[in-house]
Amino acid sequence: MTATATSARSDLSELGRSETALRTFLHGLPGVDQVGAEQRAAQLGTRSIKTTAKAQAIDLAISMVDLTTLEGADTPGKVRALAAKALRPDPADPSCPHVGAVCVYPSMVPHVADVLRGSAVHLASVATSFPSGQAPLEIKLADTRAAVEAGADEIDMVINRGAFLAGRYSEVYDEIVATKQACGDAHLKVILETGELATYDNVRRASWLAMLAGGDFIKTSTGKVPVAATLPVTLVMLEAVRDFRAATGRQVGVKPAGGIRTTKDAIKYLVMVNEVVGPDWLHPDWFRFGASSLLNDLLMQRTKLTTGVYAGPDYFTLD
Amino acid sequence: MSERVAVRKTYKLFIGGKFPRSESGRSYLVQDSNVSLASRKDARDAVVAARAAVKGWAGATAYNRGQILYRVAEMLEGRREQFVGLGVPADEVDAATDRWVWYAGWSDKLPQVYGGANPVAGPYFNLSSPEPTGVVAVVAPETPALLGLVSVIAPAIVTGNTVVVAASPSAPLAAVTLAEVLATSDLPGGVVNILTGRLSETVPTLAAHMDVNAIDLTGVTDPEVAADLEVKAAENLKRVLRPVPTDHDWSADPGLTRMTALLETKTVWHPKGA
Repeated sequence: MTATATSARSDLSELGRSETALRTFLHGLPGVDQVGAEQRAAQLGTRSIKTTAKAQAIDLAISMVDLTTLEGADTPGKVRALAAKALRPDPADPSCPHVGAVCVYPSMVPHVADVLRGSAVHLASVATSFPSGQAPLEIKLADTRAAVEAGADEIDMVINRGAFLAGRYSEVYDEIVATKQACGDAHLKVILETGELATYDNVRRASWLAMLAGGDFIKTSTGKVPVAATLPVTLVMLEAVRDFRAATGRQVGVKPAGGIRTTKDAIKYLVMVNEVVGPDWLHPDWFRFGASSLLNDLLMQRTKLTTGVYAGPDYFTLD
Repeated sequence: MSERVAVRKTYKLFIGGKFPRSESGRSYLVQDSNVSLASRKDARDAVVAARAAVKGWAGATAYNRGQILYRVAEMLEGRREQFVGLGVPADEVDAATDRWVWYAGWSDKLPQVYGGANPVAGPYFNLSSPEPTGVVAVVAPETPALLGLVSVIAPAIVTGNTVVVAASPSAPLAAVTLAEVLATSDLPGGVVNILTGRLSETVPTLAAHMDVNAIDLTGVTDPEVAADLEVKAAENLKRVLRPVPTDHDWSADPGLTRMTALLETKTVWHPKGA
């Protein structure tokens, strides 16, 4: 470890202490070349992944899915069914890997915990007044603690976009730090809601802010606003986690969520992960897909590869 | 002043209401024109388009489907000379136009002929009504190029099915030109999808596809190939229409069997009280 790297690390940990230092740092980050980022993302999306590579990519993608249901109409029965599917996505094929996690609202956590107990599938819960995040801090923290106590080992929090867009970075930072404390041992995923951040520069700043404050994962979206995960936004976030590891030595995961529905899309993301941050991130511990309908498409493509026959949605569960 | 250069047409596929080239980029020559050579992935895309169109088309009123089929006849009449220019005999174009009209008329009458009230021992109305099967794969007959094609497409779609048609490999120009007629007839995109090229590439994929509900093997001439396709179709219990003899008279009265073979029957019991 060189002297400069060490001092950089200590400098970064001091940033949260003052609004001015935080603002100076975040606004000092290099701007994102919008056209360049979009073109690079589009170009990486044209790679052709076939046969054995495709089979490997599909299995990896299945193991990275955060199987999600975040509806007002969720019932204990529905989330139990979803959890059972998470354990064994393709009941007809035992070689099919289990998914990364199940992601539900805090009130549904106990029902999922019953099903997942003893398995390697993680249990994620959204918290902090998902999806708007517009609630007093005490309520957000209570929400988080309740989810952890009920058995969640991953918490998906939303940042306070109102404060972020108003430039009150310390407030956002302090909320993430407080939520991280409330999480205890649970992993913290920080949802930036990039569809509301308006610019790639803001995405880069929010990514750094979330990582500086201690987030274990940065996640694009709630899935509740019209613009969810896109390839260029994920590219900007991947660059941020790469640069953050280079500066601090700490690795942070990335989770695009919302709008990823096809195997083709998922493989584009995996190609981008490999090209931008490298194979270190090609693992469910470091990259996840927040999705629900994606899993069925992955299973249909997997069935196509094993049987040679195009599969149809009639033969997979509706969820 | 230089002489004007004629604009030549590329005959492309018809999938989801659009005219894409084959994803494989391949083409073959027919009557000095380039025609797309569809691959199994084009067949897959066509099934996706056909499946997406089922809800809207099957959900449209029978009256509306009849109007649209009649509109197809109107558009076909207007392009009569174009088909004649492609080598389709004028009386065959007329017969094909009349066939659209004939099937258009059946749209809101078939449920009365093929469905109805069933007498049951109990205080119920018991009604059976025909429902479309879903996505139908169709192998069009080799000849006649236009009348044969219309005679297999119209009976499938008039009841609310959507189709993926493998056109005759030797006479695809009439098929693609018919697609241009369909594209200007208010027919929703994806209800009819037409693939040109070798049957050996697209048809086995369609026969085995788990999201296809029925397959019409009319244009398959080799009995062994037909048997193999039937075996593939059995995997998800597709309805199968067997090949017709090559000397089949397509100008004769088609009867109802082509329509009724691609239907399911829905029966409802409705309590009628005292």
